[in-house]
Amino acid sequence: MAVVNYDSELRRAGAQATHGWRRLVFLAQRHLLGTIGLCIMLLFVCTAIFANLICRFDPLSIDSAHRLAAPGMLHWMGTDSFGRDVWSRIVHGARISLAVGIGSTALGSSIGVMIGLASGYLSGWVDLVFQRVTDILQALPLLVLALVMTAALGPSLPNVMLAIAIPLIPTVARVIRANTLALRELPFIEAAKSIGMSETRIALRHVLPNTIAPLIVLATAQLGSTILTEASLSFLGLGIPEPYPSWGRMLSESAVEYVRTAPWLVIFPGIAISLAVFGTNLFGDALRDILDPRQRG
Amino acid sequence: MTDVSPLLEVTDLVKHYAVRGGVLRRRIGTVHAVDGVSFSLSTGETLGLVGESGCGKSTVARSVLRLIEPSSGAIRLDGTDITRLGKTALRPHRRSMQIVFQDPFASLNPRMTAGDIVGEPLEVHGLATGQRKRDRVGELFEQVGLRPDQMKNYPHQFSGGQRQRICIARALSLGPKLIVCDEPVSALDVSIQAQVINLLIDLQRRHGFSYLFIAHDLAVVAHISHRVAVMYLGRIVEIAEKRELFANPRHPYTQALLASVPVADPKAKRVAPLIDGDVPSPINPPSGCAFHTRCRHVMDRCKVERPVLAETATQHQVACWLNEGTGREA
Repeated sequence: MAVVNYDSELRRAGAQATHGWRRLVFLAQRHLLGTIGLCIMLLFVCTAIFANLICRFDPLSIDSAHRLAAPGMLHWMGTDSFGRDVWSRIVHGARISLAVGIGSTALGSSIGVMIGLASGYLSGWVDLVFQRVTDILQALPLLVLALVMTAALGPSLPNVMLAIAIPLIPTVARVIRANTLALRELPFIEAAKSIGMSETRIALRHVLPNTIAPLIVLATAQLGSTILTEASLSFLGLGIPEPYPSWGRMLSESAVEYVRTAPWLVIFPGIAISLAVFGTNLFGDALRDILDPRQRG
Repeated sequence: MTDVSPLLEVTDLVKHYAVRGGVLRRRIGTVHAVDGVSFSLSTGETLGLVGESGCGKSTVARSVLRLIEPSSGAIRLDGTDITRLGKTALRPHRRSMQIVFQDPFASLNPRMTAGDIVGEPLEVHGLATGQRKRDRVGELFEQVGLRPDQMKNYPHQFSGGQRQRICIARALSLGPKLIVCDEPVSALDVSIQAQVINLLIDLQRRHGFSYLFIAHDLAVVAHISHRVAVMYLGRIVEIAEKRELFANPRHPYTQALLASVPVADPKAKRVAPLIDGDVPSPINPPSGCAFHTRCRHVMDRCKVERPVLAETATQHQVACWLNEGTGREA
């Protein structure tokens, strides 16, 4: 069956709690790693939201008197070759990373959902066309496709989001299509037809809500890779343009020249990227275990 | 019981599926799922449709509701030929016919509350919204033996029998004239089966709609039906008033079916089954009478000529050469 019922899953897992808070505590205890992942994600979200309160310097202001200062009391994570505070730049970089990560995942997922639903529900030639286009998109790796896209569109925040979103579409479309195909055969869809509902209503009210669980799982799993792709694009000089702080570009600017003389310029952005990706992956894995037990393995 | 003009009239219904194979997906065979089924159903009447699994019962049901498109034949509902109606033209007629499925677990959307499920048809057809819809849903809940306060619960919070009651309430919501029941109780416990069957009978008495009742359990069919049709490999082989059929089965297949009903007495002597073997493949159904491969009374003629449904007694039709001469052509 294509329909996952979390309540019965919870009961099988031995959860006595049936209500909000206690259930949450139960789940947190059961999925310790997932909870850690969630905490890391929340940490980054808070950092992005309260960036202006957290940092003590303007991430863009240049201070030539304190070029390449080592981490200390004043500059917690040191300064870069322009004298800009690394801590402030990392904190503000969280905004870029999250904006790109969430934005492109949301954009890619929504387009993917529409294509997947249309493809699976309408089938026939619509399905054929969409699936062949998806095949072509899927033949290229995420990063390569994103590289081509940004090279063509030019580096800017919306373009980077779009460039990362488009390669996400095929995976989402495939998952939603597979789910739709399975759901389409279930009697409750037949019942909806016998009532005389329009195809659009059936697709949106009856099929879509039942594909939400795998979609959430997929979206969280992809969040990590979109953050990583943004960092990679910026590292290659095709991501977020200067002077906005992006973890990827912070790495690329300093990797060659300063890795020996000022290692903090490489270490801290690197930790930020790894931690963000690690957090989303841990959380994504736990979500998959909870919402989509069939994929467990 | 029989009216002058029947509520549902199915004439020569055929549903064939193409079997495709090879690189070019060429048609290499045909599944004769339903092969010329005709019957009629009066207002307030229940027609039981029995037969082994795979004999085409459910295909008949789904074709009647136009959930699958019949290959040929005609379906007349309340005087209107609905066989070739387009989606929009069919929509008002959908209100007159509803279905209750076999699996009460898969026939309810797990993401909707019971109240929403039952109320949705009202909304779709613009019959009631808001408070009026809620009142109507509450009424329907009471009619099928559920408490109105259960409206906000999700399907998984109900037992199998209760879910089937929700399905029945959904079918009732549009005030249909015909309800097709596709093995509505075979997924339920025996004790629950009786409750649901009695509910169906009770509702029919109250509202006067007709049932096309599909089952493989003869006891259930005997309880609820007025008339019974026996299907074998896509065709009706015998159709008669319930008592007549059970007392006086004419077709060897019906006789075998009735003999195979288990007796609730461990000391009762077992009768050797009247037929053995499996149903032949509907891809290449046997020539002549489809049952001739398993029939005890097979004659040469059965292998060549196909018997047609012929009336042997009042309201009793059989498709078998054994009965030739005992009655008159229908």
